[in-house]
Amino acid sequence: MEAYLGYFLYLLSLLTVGGIYAIFALGLNVQWGFAGLFNVGIVGFAAVGAYTYALLTTAESTFHYGGFGLPLPVGMFVAMITSALVAAVIGLICIRLRSDYLAIATIGIAEIIKLILKNETDVTNGPRGINKIPRTWEHFSEERFYSSWPLSWFGTPENWAAFFDGLPNWWWQPCFAGTILLFMYIIYRMLERARVSPWGRMMTAIRENEPAVRAAGKNVTARRVEAFVIGAAIMGFGGALFAQHLRLIEPTNTFDPAKVTFLVWVMLILGGSGNNRGAMLGAFLIWTIWSASELMISGIIDLVGFVAQSFDTTILETRAGFLRMMLIGVLMQVILQKFPEGILPEVRPASPRSKL
Amino acid sequence: MWDAFGFEFVNFYLIPGLVLGCIYALGAIGITLTFGILRFANFAHGELMMMGAYLTWTIMAIITAVIGITVHPLIAAIPASIVVIYLFFWTDKFFYKPFRKADTIKVVMASFGMMLILRSAVQVIWGPNQLTFVPGIAKPNAGLMSWTDDIGAILLIPNKHLLIFAGTIVFVVVLSYILNRTRIGKAMRAVSDSPDLAHVTGIDVDQVIRATWIVGGVCALAAGVFLAMDIQLLETTMGFRMLLPMFAAAILGGIGKPYGAVAGGLIIGLAEELSAYPWIGTEPLLSPGYKTGVAFAIMVVMLILRPQGLFKGRSF
Repeated sequence: MEAYLGYFLYLLSLLTVGGIYAIFALGLNVQWGFAGLFNVGIVGFAAVGAYTYALLTTAESTFHYGGFGLPLPVGMFVAMITSALVAAVIGLICIRLRSDYLAIATIGIAEIIKLILKNETDVTNGPRGINKIPRTWEHFSEERFYSSWPLSWFGTPENWAAFFDGLPNWWWQPCFAGTILLFMYIIYRMLERARVSPWGRMMTAIRENEPAVRAAGKNVTARRVEAFVIGAAIMGFGGALFAQHLRLIEPTNTFDPAKVTFLVWVMLILGGSGNNRGAMLGAFLIWTIWSASELMISGIIDLVGFVAQSFDTTILETRAGFLRMMLIGVLMQVILQKFPEGILPEVRPASPRSKL
Repeated sequence: MWDAFGFEFVNFYLIPGLVLGCIYALGAIGITLTFGILRFANFAHGELMMMGAYLTWTIMAIITAVIGITVHPLIAAIPASIVVIYLFFWTDKFFYKPFRKADTIKVVMASFGMMLILRSAVQVIWGPNQLTFVPGIAKPNAGLMSWTDDIGAILLIPNKHLLIFAGTIVFVVVLSYILNRTRIGKAMRAVSDSPDLAHVTGIDVDQVIRATWIVGGVCALAAGVFLAMDIQLLETTMGFRMLLPMFAAAILGGIGKPYGAVAGGLIIGLAEELSAYPWIGTEPLLSPGYKTGVAFAIMVVMLILRPQGLFKGRSF
């Protein structure tokens, strides 16, 4: 029974993190899949979302600015808005130029955001990061939440404390995973609606044949900025969920471009850029491969250590992670060259009139 | 005139700024040539620079182990340059060439993937920890110090910085000779200015691309070795740290303009160091932690006001 519980919780954690990555991939799909905007600063938008959420929702703290203790949905909503604002500034500057400049500018803004997070120690606690970030569901078992609205309507703090003590310590995990999957589903439905709408069809047209769309009198730059901002808002939301999942965020290792930006790109390309379902499939697939390969590699290292007793395996342990990153990079190159459409190729929405 | 202000300003801000500027300039030459001739922003450039420095370190270590003498990094860099040039050829052949007819953004994606592959490869082979490139503390050049002391303006420049200045000047002179006097150099400039016209006049584009990788590769290696000589250690993030300032330098100078890249590199390097000078009061004008931000700010201002750069490069 205990073993099954372990597998169940591992599956839940795969779904949780996979779902967060799926939200990032959906955001990137709006930018790249719909509009053809090359964003290599995903990690920056995620960090803006995560830090905004963390500063707004944590309890009052002496280590960083505020800790405003606001309700969690407010934190997530503001995280989306902040990320969208950053994207709007970048977008307005760079989108009229060629895509390479947007790539350089986004990778730059991601670095600048990390620089600010590292240096503004009064606000963000610098490299030590922010901890005790409230996580949806689990936060109810903290005193400041169960002793205040809305839980205080239903019971006294003592009752709630006793209630949460009675639950197994993983009670929140299925709820948290379910919430993330629900958010992912809502975003997916909204994006599907956007994709088949006139707006989405215009985006495809802009990506495929910009001069023709311009000739038809559409405002190409404004549409591109819209797609960029919407994508970044979704990434900011994903960043807020990422902060909830980790509970402790700091600028360097949490927001490593290789582990966020690059993985999300591989996910979208593998799943199929332009296809929302493909983005989600790619996210879950790559995340499963990523975390399963961690177990597999440590197993192989143990085996090597067992077979060759005298061999020092610590050198392998420190470097295995980099080898894994390198193999994912090679995988990306193979997909890019051999299967550019991904697993689920893009399906062009038919014009409603053609169905009549 | 040469009071405490001048002493501090020149030795601790101006000269380090110029050193940094030389390194950026050499790196930006490769970026601007690739951008101008192959028409894509090469994100892997910084990593190849870093890899070149690691290879130089390895060759130094091998020579020390075999013969027992410590050679200067610049001598070890000569065999390393051959490896780096082949690395550039190899990445081009397997990862960039398949996309030459496709949308340029595919090549940018491939180069972005290449950046991660190369960095992880370095981390797998050499390990993630810092390595000492040249041990010891670099003392200022004694001759220069006593000579400048006599004329009343003490300059404290270590030999490594003098070598970096001299090396950069040699590279820029050789580069300008190649670009202005040789057939292949003229062909490179022609392709950069107008690929269609260059094609019509019968220029061998493949040869031009190879030449671009050689010139860019040698400059990148020099930049990597100079950077390692300057900070005296090797780390796997040093290439990525250089990437943004080098892009900024290339854009500032104008895409496809090697002299522009040199000027841009020097301006960015100086701006980064001088931004930390206490211009007003005694506090640094900008906290040194934000140095990288200066390059980015210059780049953003350029993109808004003058995307073609100072030297009227290509704007897309």
